[in-house]
Amino acid sequence: MRNVYLDYSATTPVKDEVLQEMLPYFTEKYGNPSSLYDIGLESKEAINRAREQVAALINAKPSEIYFTGCGTEADNWAVFGTAEKLRAKGNHIITTRVEHHAMLHSCAALEKDGFAVTYLDIDKDGLIDLKQLEEAITDKTILISIMLVNNEIGTIEPIKEAAAIARKHQILFHTDAVQALGNVPIDVKELGVDMLSVSAHKIYGPKGVGALYIRKGVQINNYMHGGAQENRRRAGTENVPGIVGFGKAAEIALRDLDKHIEHSKKLRDHLRERILAEIPDTFVNGTMEHRHPGNLNVTFEYIEGEAILLLLNQLGICVSTGSACSSASLEPSHVLSALGVPVEMIHGTVRFTVGDMTTMEDIDYVADSLKMVVQRLREISSVNSAKGW
Amino acid sequence: MALYNDIVMDNFLNPKNVGELENPDGTGVYGSPVCGDMMQIQIKVDDNDVITDAKFKTFGCGSAIASSSMATTMIIGKKVEEALALTNKQIIDELGGLPPVKIHCSVLADKAIKNAIYDYAQKHGKHYEALEGYDPNADEDDEHGEEAE
Repeated sequence: MRNVYLDYSATTPVKDEVLQEMLPYFTEKYGNPSSLYDIGLESKEAINRAREQVAALINAKPSEIYFTGCGTEADNWAVFGTAEKLRAKGNHIITTRVEHHAMLHSCAALEKDGFAVTYLDIDKDGLIDLKQLEEAITDKTILISIMLVNNEIGTIEPIKEAAAIARKHQILFHTDAVQALGNVPIDVKELGVDMLSVSAHKIYGPKGVGALYIRKGVQINNYMHGGAQENRRRAGTENVPGIVGFGKAAEIALRDLDKHIEHSKKLRDHLRERILAEIPDTFVNGTMEHRHPGNLNVTFEYIEGEAILLLLNQLGICVSTGSACSSASLEPSHVLSALGVPVEMIHGTVRFTVGDMTTMEDIDYVADSLKMVVQRLREISSVNSAKGW
Repeated sequence: MALYNDIVMDNFLNPKNVGELENPDGTGVYGSPVCGDMMQIQIKVDDNDVITDAKFKTFGCGSAIASSSMATTMIIGKKVEEALALTNKQIIDELGGLPPVKIHCSVLADKAIKNAIYDYAQKHGKHYEALEGYDPNADEDDEHGEEAE
């Protein structure tokens, strides 16, 4: 049986080039970067090389990159670090309804702690309204955080424009760029952001390592307390092999960015065309214009996503769904809700994300399989196009 | 590693009794697409009050489809009274267990059966003790049901 992984937004396989670079740092080059003897210094040097590689991918200075344990930690740090630092100045934060839970749940925690949070809407394309953003700003606003690329529908938000508004009002601006990294060109200077979160395992690097870009001069409180690592801003012994892997993955991502985008788009668009042409009662969620090159989010009416996922899994295909039934919380996707997709249809939504290892044959296999799976579930379903919802 | 056990997977991948009956003696629907699952169960009942056939149509996840398949299989050949006594726990046990968050799928099947029998009783002037005061449109107040032991 063929195995087709179409969930690159969930995570990616580690590329061999990346793994080879990491391996020595588990065994012979195991020194603690804080130690002063040779193998310690060697580890420190490796981390700094990785810092340069990650910095280059987003056009930052190496000294503006702080490694973390994951993208979620980077988001938490940006939010809590800013909130604590600027509490005396204000207690208002602006974000969006469609952020990753790393952001939404951090904001919810702050709301319990006396902060007020405004959650911006998205329009039918999945994009925020800059006017609504500007109108939401008060003299108590201390942070605006808007994701660069949405993890479910892949929409690219107007971060440059949003950050310009923040700057005009002298408010710190953070963006969660976890899904954007390696998939869209990122230039922190051009975007004008103060903080930006990224993660290694979305760009063919290892799990367990992320980073927060903090623009030079921006002061926020520490989140992890302890040793003097990361220029005294993020304590904890560095995940040296992980960081080395992140660096290498970033170097490859930068080198191959155009190729990666072109490859992803071609496959994604082929999948989209086949699905829409060959499977009735389906629609794509979110604009195709400003979008992650590998993301396709499709609603298959009259059937439920977990059932689709299970049948595809039987055929060796990995995808994810916005259905409530597939989540531990039994809550349907908050992103699709914000987009205005009716709840009954959210249940039948599947996210496909293609990546570097995906081939055209894979896409045709998935399209063929989907036709079968959707037809089969519709035969079982108690709702259909004749009866309607 | 799999989300469901082999019995659940078999009932999902090869569901029994999918479809609609031509002249059903009773039809029951429970759940709603908004909640993510909606089940329709139809039954045929003979003169001896025995359920001779049952069919289902389900909009829902794997365990909702598997529960429908198992529940319809369990009531075929049973007296109506016996089918009414069926609990969601028995469906779960017969399926070899469901993950805790999926218990409500078995409740759905249980309720859809009761609604089908209620419909049959209404149409055929039958009275069953177990249906006294039964409200087929009651909310899914007990949606989490009993967990299997």
